[in-house]
Amino acid sequence: MLNTLKNRFEQGYRTCDYPKEKPAVFSRYRGKPIIQKDVSNDMVKACANACPQDAIDVDSNKIDMGRCVFCGTCERISNGKFVRFSGDFEISTFRKEHLLTDGDLPALAEHSKQHFKKLFGRSLQLRQVSAGGCNACEADLNVLATPFFDLARFGINFVASPRHADGIVVTGPVSRNMKTALLKTYDAIADPKVVIAVGSCAITGGPFLGSPEITQGLDTILPVDLFIPGCPPHPLTNLHALLTFFK
Amino acid sequence: MTTAFLEILNGEKLSREKIPHLSFHNFQENALDIVKNGGKIVQYFGFQDEDSAMKLMAVLRTDKLLVACCDAKDVYPSLSKTCEPFHMFEREIAEQFGIRPEDHPWLKMVRYHANYRNKPDVFGNDYKEDIPGNYEYYKVEGDEIHEVAVGPVHAGVIEPGHFRFNCIGERVLHLEIQLGYQHRAVENLFYTVQAKRLPILAENIAGDTTIGHSLCMAQAVEALTSVTPDKGAQIIRTIALELERLANHIGDLGALSGDVAFLPPANYFGRLRGDFLNLSLLLCGNRFGKGLVRPGGVCFSLDDDIRATLGERLKELKPQMGHVFELLFSASTVRARFEYCGIVSTDDAEKLGLVGPAGRASGIGYDVRREFSTEYYGKIDIPENKKTSCDVYARARIRYDEILQSINIIQSLIKKPVQTQCVNDSNYNLSASSFVVTLNEAWRGEVSHVMLTDKEGKILRYKVKDPSFHNWMGLAMSLRDTGISDFPLNNKSFNLSYCGFDL
Repeated sequence: MLNTLKNRFEQGYRTCDYPKEKPAVFSRYRGKPIIQKDVSNDMVKACANACPQDAIDVDSNKIDMGRCVFCGTCERISNGKFVRFSGDFEISTFRKEHLLTDGDLPALAEHSKQHFKKLFGRSLQLRQVSAGGCNACEADLNVLATPFFDLARFGINFVASPRHADGIVVTGPVSRNMKTALLKTYDAIADPKVVIAVGSCAITGGPFLGSPEITQGLDTILPVDLFIPGCPPHPLTNLHALLTFFK
Repeated sequence: MTTAFLEILNGEKLSREKIPHLSFHNFQENALDIVKNGGKIVQYFGFQDEDSAMKLMAVLRTDKLLVACCDAKDVYPSLSKTCEPFHMFEREIAEQFGIRPEDHPWLKMVRYHANYRNKPDVFGNDYKEDIPGNYEYYKVEGDEIHEVAVGPVHAGVIEPGHFRFNCIGERVLHLEIQLGYQHRAVENLFYTVQAKRLPILAENIAGDTTIGHSLCMAQAVEALTSVTPDKGAQIIRTIALELERLANHIGDLGALSGDVAFLPPANYFGRLRGDFLNLSLLLCGNRFGKGLVRPGGVCFSLDDDIRATLGERLKELKPQMGHVFELLFSASTVRARFEYCGIVSTDDAEKLGLVGPAGRASGIGYDVRREFSTEYYGKIDIPENKKTSCDVYARARIRYDEILQSINIIQSLIKKPVQTQCVNDSNYNLSASSFVVTLNEAWRGEVSHVMLTDKEGKILRYKVKDPSFHNWMGLAMSLRDTGISDFPLNNKSFNLSYCGFDL
């Protein structure tokens, strides 16, 4: 007993103050990409060619965060002169096309559907379905339950049954073998319901683009309300998206 | 023992013509001889040669690595029939290439996909239909038997898979685990995509084993391009692999605490795991180490300020870890649940070929870092970690030991400045007609990749093996005669990868 109490005191209070205060993230973290406009075409092309995900659009000088895995190749090649990954983790969007960005994202809070806020603002219960992918997105959703993030203090929980859920959080590129299970889970949730795509796999197929075993984007089979990019998205990116969109 | 198999080294480039090409009979006899005498299977897979001839290749290990190949017929006498360790590999070959191992003791699909040669399906499936779950599970018969079916969608935020329990009362007589829901055809992507995507693919085979798989891929490419990473890169890669081990082992101990309803350590370990994930982020900008390892070295250096922060954080976290360990392992209620639960005997573990902490908890001391060391491990003294109680407690204690060792390893590596030339552009001009096998001890155990190239230096076959491929059967065995309510506890004590298995 004494040991339990001693540990409790040592651990102290660890929950972050977000959204009141943004927690510090180590400087090498690659968040929102910022595009520098005045850069030579050759540089843009070099970055586009080197990008393993072909996420750079040469015509519009923009980067597609839905395909991007935030590996930092373009930043390294251009020495930060074309793309610079900032420490900003607030990068989610309500439309897929907004993920193609030069670093200027529409404010998520202003575009949240008002009836969602009314319905789910005080209590949001989510069912997570992992459909392909590498389990990193799931891991960084799971940590939202740890004391540092403590998602439950906002009235948001991950629940065991779709019957208890207001919406579905999908990770992974929706493998052929998971498609039916995913759609059945979606159907089992009562209307009105929300669909959230987490990670580049769910948004576009991500690292598995081109595989015949996957779906190239969750939005091709379900109506997606919220896109959370990253490979995987930082837990704070997830937290920001959920709080801003629903609270 | 003389063998027709050729002795090779971990990560050694070999011209394909040097690999002994045996008759099937000879191949089978030699392979059985090695494995029945205690050898283990690192890789056993099929591939189509340039003239589309079907071949089989095996990489076995004793205290050395051994390789040989042979021509494959569409039907052949199963090796599993007399030698259990081959059983998963033969099922995989049957699924991938439509080759039937005659008299296989339990021939069923591994990942539910059509074979690559348009041959009739060995399992009689039509893949235009929804196949997963459309399968006659193993049934125990009797009036008092009941079945419990779980998945593919589970109650938590976890990966999909199907678990079928045959129980009498609370007691599990048999657990069948059927996976394949995460199948993304990763192996095939390795030879259809542009070379620049190889590191991204490797990082996403299993996100929690990003570094383990990335190292296998990078070492394979480095072998076939004759590139050697500098000493600094080797040290950074070693640190990254140990950070990965730390975060996962700590997370597992937290999950184990949660499953015996001891919530304080569950929460503390959960938080501490996050601290270690953040140390990977400190190093390379990603909590899972994505973006760090590339053929030729690493993309991020260990500058002195990063090194100092890493040292400070470890110094702060180490005693905290110690106190939470004490809290967990000194609780009699925890010991009562962990001890004698989910025993996998050393004999069973040998037959199943268990690797990593699961194998070490069952008395098999094998650790790639000790026996086929890569990167900087040759210069580090890794103790033999082995337990003999073969239960959940052993699997938890192995993690405890390895957590302390990993912290010490990192602390010793960051004492002096580490310098490396960061990789900007990797070389992918692979040697033609070559072979390489790479092994690394990731946190779950032996990860291994094989790369074969054709006459033009293109990848002809890329084979990936996650340790989970060996260990899932271990979980099934641990549940035999165990209460079904102990499934979560046993499951966490193995904590296997679905995506690493499903590929």
